Amino acid sequence: MVYDLYVHAHKVPVATPVRGSATPAVAAAQPYKIVTAARVDSAFMSAIAIQPGQTSANGRAARGNDLFDVARSEATLRTFLHGLPGVDAVGADARAAMLATRSIKTTAKAFAIDLAIRMIDLTTLEGADTPGKVRALCAKGRQPDAGLDTGSPCPPVAAICIYPSLVPVAVAELAGSGIHVASVATAFPSGQAPLDVKIADTKAAVADGADEIDMVINRGAFLAGRYLDVYEEIVAVKTACGPAHLKVILETGELATYDNVRRASWLAMLAGGDFIKTSTGKVTPAATLPVTLIMLEAVRDFEAATGHLVGVKPAGGIRTTKDAVRYLVTVNETCGERWLDPAYFRFGASSLLNDLLMQRQKLATGAYAGPDYVTLD
Amino acid sequence: MAIFDYAPAPESSAIVDIRPSYGLFIGGEFVDGDSDSGRFKTVNPATEEPLAEIVDASPGDVDRAVAAARHAYDRVWSRMPGKDRAKYLFRIARLIQERSRELAVLESIDNGKPIRESRDVDIPLVAAHFFYYAGWADKLRYAGFGDDPRPIGVAGQVIPWNFPMLMLAWKIAPALAAGNTVVLKPAETTPLTALAFADICQQADLPPGVVNIVTGAGDTGRAVVEHADVDKVAFTGSTEVGRAIAKAVAGTRKRITLELGGKAANIVFEDAAIDQAVEGIVNGIFFNQGHVCCAGSRLLVQESVADELLDSLRRRMTRLRLGDPLDKNTDIGAINSAVQLARIRELSEVGAREGAEPWSPPCDLPARGFWFAPTIYTGVSQAHRIAREEIFGPVLAVLTFRTPAEAVEKANNTPYGLSAGVWTEKGSRILAIADRLRAGVVWANTFNKFDPASPFGGYKESGYGREGGRHGLEAYLAH
Repeated sequence: MVYDLYVHAHKVPVATPVRGSATPAVAAAQPYKIVTAARVDSAFMSAIAIQPGQTSANGRAARGNDLFDVARSEATLRTFLHGLPGVDAVGADARAAMLATRSIKTTAKAFAIDLAIRMIDLTTLEGADTPGKVRALCAKGRQPDAGLDTGSPCPPVAAICIYPSLVPVAVAELAGSGIHVASVATAFPSGQAPLDVKIADTKAAVADGADEIDMVINRGAFLAGRYLDVYEEIVAVKTACGPAHLKVILETGELATYDNVRRASWLAMLAGGDFIKTSTGKVTPAATLPVTLIMLEAVRDFEAATGHLVGVKPAGGIRTTKDAVRYLVTVNETCGERWLDPAYFRFGASSLLNDLLMQRQKLATGAYAGPDYVTLD
Repeated sequence: MAIFDYAPAPESSAIVDIRPSYGLFIGGEFVDGDSDSGRFKTVNPATEEPLAEIVDASPGDVDRAVAAARHAYDRVWSRMPGKDRAKYLFRIARLIQERSRELAVLESIDNGKPIRESRDVDIPLVAAHFFYYAGWADKLRYAGFGDDPRPIGVAGQVIPWNFPMLMLAWKIAPALAAGNTVVLKPAETTPLTALAFADICQQADLPPGVVNIVTGAGDTGRAVVEHADVDKVAFTGSTEVGRAIAKAVAGTRKRITLELGGKAANIVFEDAAIDQAVEGIVNGIFFNQGHVCCAGSRLLVQESVADELLDSLRRRMTRLRLGDPLDKNTDIGAINSAVQLARIRELSEVGAREGAEPWSPPCDLPARGFWFAPTIYTGVSQAHRIAREEIFGPVLAVLTFRTPAEAVEKANNTPYGLSAGVWTEKGSRILAIADRLRAGVVWANTFNKFDPASPFGGYKESGYGREGGRHGLEAYLAH
């Protein structure tokens, strides 16, 4: 019986390319019978009956898909996550390395640089952060190329990412700019706090005007195999977010294996995350190309299974234009161009922006002005 | 138009200096062919433009080359201490690395393979082979072939057009390390890197006659393998020609190794890592346009995951970039010759006629040159010709199986036995299946992976003898 569950649980339908068309057709949000496909006997099914109150007021109902029923119990959730196809680490690394060899030049490079700038969550997450520091960062985000001759107007960044206590400062600075205010929450970066503290943390940031919440998952619970605890925590934070978008930080550096990255990605998406994010930036390794590739495969498969587009945000360690372009190539060749949009792909970064600006100027004018000509904020 | 359109990123061909015509490399010098020799042109398969005029060597030319090799063998190379032979091989390996960009561009121009492959796979492996066998040259008594293994003499070597320089390395590096001298004939459509290698031999001050390169077609190859003073024959190419060579050599003192065709099964079990298996399938059949003797040209996929896997494979194939071999973003280059293109077309049409269903991603083929879109055939059975005959092109036959036993039975149900692939996350299954596959190389959760330390060769009609690794020395040592 366990065997059957495993076999069927990973039969996630994927987008089917239509012959003669350049893009894969979008699979309709078809009813998904993940557990019923397996021969699970009725005694087992009744033993995993849904607990009252457990399933209300979360992202599942809104998404309206049977797939989300896998989270009805610890047993079904575990069975589903462990039934996902494995990741061969050597093969995944090789694929990422191959994608990194793509040579992006001239017009393609110019497109990629501007897109990367528009995708940046310009971040400061230091104990030493002050309102002054955040105001400077907001100014940089609004007009990244101040004082630099870059030929054409430079787009603003996607969001400013800060600690909850500084949200009011950023909200005031960015009013009317279209730049989002993203706040980390849930006892960032460790997540080691009681749930009600995490919820309060989230609610405070949203109440102060944050458009986006970057939460951390409970890695301790995940590694201990308590997937439902992790799931319910994400559901609770999502509820606390209200209208704000939720980015779920997996902290892949602590999950260690690619199989875990894939499972955590699915877990976060099932629980209602709008984005899955690699890292806090406080743990080494932070974002890597293979880890991001695996998360992109997960959002691609999730979209095929449910019709929902979930975003991906690599964060930490992406410092050069060359790196950023490699990520964009990976997005393009894994998920396709619908994800080449700040609504579905972000970079969590700080120093990356200045390198993008210098490369942008180099493309436009043929020369580097040098690091003293870009602003340090 | 795609919003993220990769702009052309061509590798510059300015680094290569292709002469209008080339001679033969005999006795350490470039010489003209004799009065019986002819000339032919080698063309760029991506543009059909002629690249250079090449000598079609006559039997008399081959005679001169074998005489030069014999002289060098008797007077210099067989007597030279292994540590000194090693110095030359290490020098050659370093020169290959130093000239790697030039060699990669030259290989892509003459063969049609993408620069990404010649740059990242072919040429690095060529250098690695010379480094590897250079290391063996002074350690032959520890190779397991007796206390004092001796070289055999003059080796006549005939190589194919699919990996021109890599096949040259597989042939020449172990032969020289063991103390033999060689007469090598590159394929008629891809002689340029072998001639560049001749230049490297001069640059390395390799003693004259140790390496001789004679260009030409089938008749020249026949003259090499049938020459009375050749002691050892090594051939890589089609099973048909291999048979003819085996007949010609039968009853003589000559030793022979053959590395011939294949129709490898790439077996994907339901518990495989699907995304990586898809990469492996693509790499197995579309690497080098499928011009790979060990290509995974038969996909055997377990029925329970067949639809899911094929959907993923089709989606992945829409990302393949076909075009200019020198563009750094090209995944699929040109078919090597008009003859090969005709053969791929013929077999592909047979597949459709026999009822298999073809699928290719939307793909614009350039107007000039030899091109074939990557294609998969579903609904293929063991009885179809495309499941039995080597196509040697970017065409994959997809078959399904229900149980591991059926997978093994189908995989082995071929006259060939060069390679196979197994995809499963279950380690015990890898070992059990690999044990029962009648193939010289079995890759587990990868495909088309090569290493100079790893022996390579076939079962059944895929040939005999092993190249690479310690095993590869045996063919060049008397013991």
